[in-house]
Amino acid sequence: PPKAREGVGHGGIQKILVANRGEIACRSADEAVRIGPPPARLSYLNASAIVEAALRNGAQAIHPGYGFLSESAEFAQLCETEGLIFVGPPASAIRDMGDKSASKKIMGAAGVPLVPGYHGDIQDINLLKEEADKIGYPIIIKPTHGGGGKGMRIVQGPDEFIQSLLGAKREAAASFGIDTVLLEKYITKPRHIEVQVFGDKHGNVLHLYERDCSVQRRHQKIIEEAPAPHVKHEFRSHLGEAAVSAAKAVGYHSAGTVEFIVDTLSGKFYFMEMNTRLQVEHPVTEMIVGQDLVEWQIRVANGEPLPLIQSQVPLTGHAFEARIYAENVPRGFLPATGVLHHYRPVSLSSSVRVETGVGEGDTVSMHYDPMIAKLVVWGENRDAALIKLKDCLLKFQVAGLPTNINFLHRLANHWAFEDGLVETHFIEQYKNELFTDSSDDKVAQEGQRDARLSAAFVAACLCKKEQIDQQKSVSGRDGLLSLWYADPPFRMHHCARRTIELDWDKESDGHDSELLKLSVTYNSNGSYFIEMSDNESPGMEVEVTDLENHNFRVHTDWLSTDVSLAVYINDHDTHIHVWHGKHHHHFKQMVRLEQFSEDASQHKSSFEAMSHPRGTVVAPMAGLVVKVLVENGSKVEDGQPILVLEAMKMEHVVKAPFSGYVHGLQIAAGQQVFDSNVLFRVQVYTLSPLSCTRTQKVRDLNVEEKIDIPCSPLVVYYSIPFTI
Amino acid sequence: SWKTRPSPAILLGSTRPYSPAAVLPDGIDRTSDSFARNSLAVDQLLSDLQTHIRQVLGGGGAEAMRRNVSRNKLLPRERIDRLLDPGSSFLELSQLAGYELYDESLPSGGIVSGIGPVHGRLCMFVANDPTVKGGTYYPITVKKHLRAQEVAAQCHLPCIYLVDSGGANLPRQAEVFPDRDNFGRIFYNQAQMSSEGIPQIALVLGSCTAGGAYIPAMADESVIVKGNGTIFLAGPPLVKAATGEEVSAEDLGGASLHCKISGVSDHFADDELHGLAIGRRIVKNLYMAGKQGVINSQPNYTLEYKDPLYDVKELRSIAPADQKQPVDIRSVIARIVDGSEFDEFKKLYGTTLVTGFARIFGQSVGIIGNNGILFTESALKGTHFIELCAQRNIPLIFLQNITGFMVGSRSEAGGIAKAGAKMVMAVSCAKVPKMTIMVGGSFGAGNYGMCGRAYSPNFLFLWPTAKISVMGGVQAAGVLAQIEQSNKKRQRIEWSEEDEEKFKGKVVEAYEREASPYYSTARLWDDGIIDPADTRKILGLCLSASIKHAPQDTKYGVFRM
Repeated sequence: PPKAREGVGHGGIQKILVANRGEIACRSADEAVRIGPPPARLSYLNASAIVEAALRNGAQAIHPGYGFLSESAEFAQLCETEGLIFVGPPASAIRDMGDKSASKKIMGAAGVPLVPGYHGDIQDINLLKEEADKIGYPIIIKPTHGGGGKGMRIVQGPDEFIQSLLGAKREAAASFGIDTVLLEKYITKPRHIEVQVFGDKHGNVLHLYERDCSVQRRHQKIIEEAPAPHVKHEFRSHLGEAAVSAAKAVGYHSAGTVEFIVDTLSGKFYFMEMNTRLQVEHPVTEMIVGQDLVEWQIRVANGEPLPLIQSQVPLTGHAFEARIYAENVPRGFLPATGVLHHYRPVSLSSSVRVETGVGEGDTVSMHYDPMIAKLVVWGENRDAALIKLKDCLLKFQVAGLPTNINFLHRLANHWAFEDGLVETHFIEQYKNELFTDSSDDKVAQEGQRDARLSAAFVAACLCKKEQIDQQKSVSGRDGLLSLWYADPPFRMHHCARRTIELDWDKESDGHDSELLKLSVTYNSNGSYFIEMSDNESPGMEVEVTDLENHNFRVHTDWLSTDVSLAVYINDHDTHIHVWHGKHHHHFKQMVRLEQFSEDASQHKSSFEAMSHPRGTVVAPMAGLVVKVLVENGSKVEDGQPILVLEAMKMEHVVKAPFSGYVHGLQIAAGQQVFDSNVLFRVQVYTLSPLSCTRTQKVRDLNVEEKIDIPCSPLVVYYSIPFTI
Repeated sequence: SWKTRPSPAILLGSTRPYSPAAVLPDGIDRTSDSFARNSLAVDQLLSDLQTHIRQVLGGGGAEAMRRNVSRNKLLPRERIDRLLDPGSSFLELSQLAGYELYDESLPSGGIVSGIGPVHGRLCMFVANDPTVKGGTYYPITVKKHLRAQEVAAQCHLPCIYLVDSGGANLPRQAEVFPDRDNFGRIFYNQAQMSSEGIPQIALVLGSCTAGGAYIPAMADESVIVKGNGTIFLAGPPLVKAATGEEVSAEDLGGASLHCKISGVSDHFADDELHGLAIGRRIVKNLYMAGKQGVINSQPNYTLEYKDPLYDVKELRSIAPADQKQPVDIRSVIARIVDGSEFDEFKKLYGTTLVTGFARIFGQSVGIIGNNGILFTESALKGTHFIELCAQRNIPLIFLQNITGFMVGSRSEAGGIAKAGAKMVMAVSCAKVPKMTIMVGGSFGAGNYGMCGRAYSPNFLFLWPTAKISVMGGVQAAGVLAQIEQSNKKRQRIEWSEEDEEKFKGKVVEAYEREASPYYSTARLWDDGIIDPADTRKILGLCLSASIKHAPQDTKYGVFRM
C-alpha cells in the first residue's frame, strides 16, 4: 500500500503520498492507504486512484517511487492539473527522454557523445554498406521496429555485411512487417556506467558521480557499485559533464540518471538513455556522497535550490548494492514465489543498509518484482567495501523460497569481480565458474564435503533443540517424567543412537537432491558422535550449545562455529536451512504423517482376485440403477462415474477403477442389481479382432447354458460379454 | 478409588518450614587397600558385563541383520527408538534373558522389552526380534513377554506389541504351549489389561502366525504394514498341507486383506516407518477421558531436588565384590538419594537393618537396607517401617545385601521365625510400589523378607556383585556332606576325607554357578543386571513408571504375635 511522508521543507509540502510499495515508503511512512487489489494495473498503475488517494488524505505532493508511474509524463501532468506537486522532473523532460530516438537527437544536438551509427530513412544497400564502413566494425544491425533480438545481426567485418543485412531485413519484414534497419557500432566489451544527476527549479544541475551497473542477468542489474572501478579522475569529470549537459538539454530538475555505455577496449563512452526518476540503486550514490537523495527530491519539489554546488559534492569511499531476489538461479534466474518462512537480514550500521519492503511470514507473490531486499554496504575503499559485502551476504538469511544470495556471494568472490573487471557480459563470460558445475569432480567433491558437514551440524543441533523443547514441555508438569527426557537419553548399558535422514537439496529448486543418512550417538558427556551411514568419512564428535532462537554454538575437535537454523514445514516436508561460516545448505525431511496413498491398499486380495478378473466392478450393495452415464465400449478415465445406484435412500456413484474401455455394461436405468453382481469391467485395451475370435470360441463351448446359473458372480461375469 | 492428596503448593520445599534432614556422611575410605582391590574387581565385573551386552545387542548376527535390512525392516531396538519420543530414554528390561540357557544362543531371549515415553506417556514395549530364530517363542521368550505384561499391569502402562514372530518354537512346544504361564497367558493378560482400561496396541511389522495372530487380534487397536506384515492362524505351508489350497502369504493374511476385508487389523501402513508413525498417533489419542485425573494425579514429590553430595559413580567401588567384606549400606544410600539426605527411622534399634525416609528426584521413598544379618529386632523394625510406608503411600526401596536371618537356639527361642514371618507378611501385603536392588548377597529367607522376586516388587535389579541362593555354597556343602556322611554310615560305606572334600567341592561349585547374577538374569529371576553407577537414575525411572495409578488400600493377614 502507498504510504505518506511528512514534508521536509518549511511551509510548502506538508504531506506526501508515496505511490509505491518499496523501501522509500517503508523508510518513513506514517500512514498507509489502500488504492486497490494486488494486480498493479488495478492499483499502482491506476493514476486517478492514486491522485484521488492523495487529495482525500490531504497530501500536497506525490512521490512516484520507482517503476510503475514514475516515468509517466501523463501522470506527472495529471498531478499538476489536480494541483498536486509531482516529486520528480517536469513532464516535458519525461516526454523528451521517453522517446529513444528523439532523445538521441536532442543529445546529439547538445554535444553528448552517441554511439556512432546510421539512423537514416534511406535504406539503399550500397549506402548502408558505406555507412557501415564509416562506423567501423564490428557493427550491429537492428530493425527500427520491434525488439526481442529478432532481426538483429552482429557483423564482424565488411565482407559479411551484405549477407547479414539481407538476412536482417528478411527477418524484420517477416516479424514486424517493416524492414527498415539502423546501424550502430557494436561494442564487444561494454560496461554500463550511469551518472546520477540532480537539478533544481532554478536551473542548477549537478552530478553526483557515477555508478557501475554492468553486472546483470536477464538484462537486470544485480550488483551495482559507486564509484565505478578503474575510472580515472579525468574520465569521471568528462562523464559527469556529459550527463549534466544531457539534463540541461531537456530542462531537467529533480533526480535523474544518465546511462552511458562504455567501450572498455577504446575507453570511449556513449549516451544510451536517461532515466527520469530516482533509481533503485540510488543508495550506493548516497553512501559515497553522504546525502539523502529523497530529501533532495522533496526540497527541489518544494522549490528550494540544491544544497550544494558541484565542487562541494564529496566523494568518500566505495559502496556496493546487491539485490536479493526470490529467484531460481540454476533455472535461468526465473522469478520465484513463496512464503518468507525465515527472514533474518544482517544487522545494520552506518555502513550497512538493508532496504526492504517485506518481513518474515510475508508472501512474495507473482504480482510484483520478486526483489526481497537491497543490501547496501560502504567501505573506505573498494576492497574494504567488498569484504563487507561478502560478509553480509553470508549472514543474510532467507528461507522458504529460492533466492540468489548464494549466487551473489559467488559473484562477489569471483577473481574478476574482485579485480573490478566488470562488463555487461560478466555472468555469461564466467558462467562456468559462477554456476557450481557438479560435473567438475573436484567442485562436486568439495560441495559434497561441505553438505555433509552441514548435515552433521543440522543433526546435532536438531537433537539438542528437541531435547531442550521436550524437557521444557514436561518440566514443571511432572518432575519424574522429565527424567525420561534427560540429556543424554538413558539406555541400559549402551549409548542411545538414532538415524536422521536429510534430503540435501543441491539446488534451491529441489530437483536435484541427495539423501544423506546420519547416525547420531548420544555420548555420555552430552556431545554427539555423528557418522554417515555410508561410512565414507570417519565419524565426528560434535558438541552443541543452544543460544536460543535457533542459534547454536557448535564445537568439533577442529572447528568452533556459530550455526543458525531455520525450520519450517511446507508441502509435507520439514525444511531445514543451516548457515555456518560461509556455508548455507537446505535440507528436507519427509514428515511421516499418517497419510497413505489409497493406491497402496489397492492390492487385490485373493478373495477378490479369484472371483473376478482385474477391472471387474461389482455392485457395492443391492439397489436400483437410476442412471447409466457411459455406453458399453466407451473409453473412460480413472475414477470417471459410470453409473448411479440408489440404495438405502442414497445415491451411490460407481466409478471406473482405472482408465480403459468399458466392457460388459449391460445394465439399464431402472434395473435392480444385487450385492456383488458384476456391473461391468474395465479393460486397458479394446477388444481386438483376435480376442473376438477367442470369445467366439468360448461361445462355441455352449456358454449360453451358464447364464442360467446365477449363484456364482464368476459365471455371471463371463456370461455377459458373450451374449452380446 | 480416589484419595485426596496434599496440594502441590504445600509440598514445595520453598513454601514449607524447612527442617534440615540428616545428611549422610561420605562413609568410604578411598585410601584403603580393600577399596582399591574392590574397585578393581567391580571394574572387571562391569567390563565382563559390557562384553555380554555387546553380544546380545548384535541380535541374531550379521547375516540375519542383513536379511532384515533387505526386507526394509528395522531391528527391534531401532523400532522402539522410532516410537519413543525423539531423544528420550528407554528402560530396557532383562537384556540378558536366555543367556547360556539353551544349546543355541538366544540373544535377549529373542524379544526386547522395556519402558519409554510416547507423546509424554510411558508405555511398555514388547518387540520380537526376527533376527533371533525367526522371532519364535522359546520358553524364556514367553516368560519375558509375560514379565513385561506383568510390569505393565502393575504400573498401568499402555502396551505396545511390535509383532514379528513365527509363533511358538515348535520343537519346544511342550514347554511353551500348555501350562498356565505359557503362551496362552499372553492373550489372557491382554484381555485382563484391556478390561482394566490399560490400552493394548499391536503393530504387525512382520509375520504373526498361529497363536501369534491373537496378539493383534486381541489388541484394542492394531496396525499392519503392507508387504511385511501378515496375520494368519496357519501360514501358506500349513494351509496347503491341511486343505490343499495354494495361496501367497500376502493374499492369505496381508495388510490389504485384514484392513479391507477381514477387519482383523485397523490401520493400513505403507511401510514400516509409516506403521511406527501410526503407532505414535494411536498413543497420542489415548486420551482416557475421565481417567486423566488418576493417571496424572499429583504425586508425592517436589519439583526441585538436589543431587547426592557424593559421586554416584563411586558405587562401583562400594559394590561388594567379596561377600565377606562388610558394607555400610548408608554409603550406598548416600549416593542414591537427593542431597544425600536420609531421615533414619529407629536408628538405634535393630541396627542390622537400616530404615528411613528420603527422596529420589523429588519423589518421597522409604528405604530398607541390610547392614548385616537379620535378628528378631531388625525384622520387627522392618515390619513397622513397611507398615508406615504402606499407610502413607510411600514407595519402598529394598537394598539387599543379606546372608540371612540369624540361626541358633537363642534366635529360635526368641521366635525369629515369627519375626521373619511378620516382615514377610508386611512385604507381601503392602500395596505401594516396591523396588528391589540386590547389591550383594541375597540368601535364604533374607531374600523373602527383603522383597525378592516372589514378592512381586514392581522392579528388581541386580548389581554385578549380587549372589542369589538359598544359602551359601560352603554352608550348603557342609549340610549336604553331613547328610551324605550319615547315609554312608548307615550303609556302612567308608567315606574318605578326600571323597568328602571332592563332594563338597562339587556342591560349592554348583552353588557358585547358580548364585551368579548371570544365572539369575538368564532365567528372569530379575529385570536385569545394572551398572551400580546407574542405580539412582534407574530408580528414578522406575518410580516414575510405578506411581502413575491411584493409591491402593493395604490389607494385612494375621500377624503372628
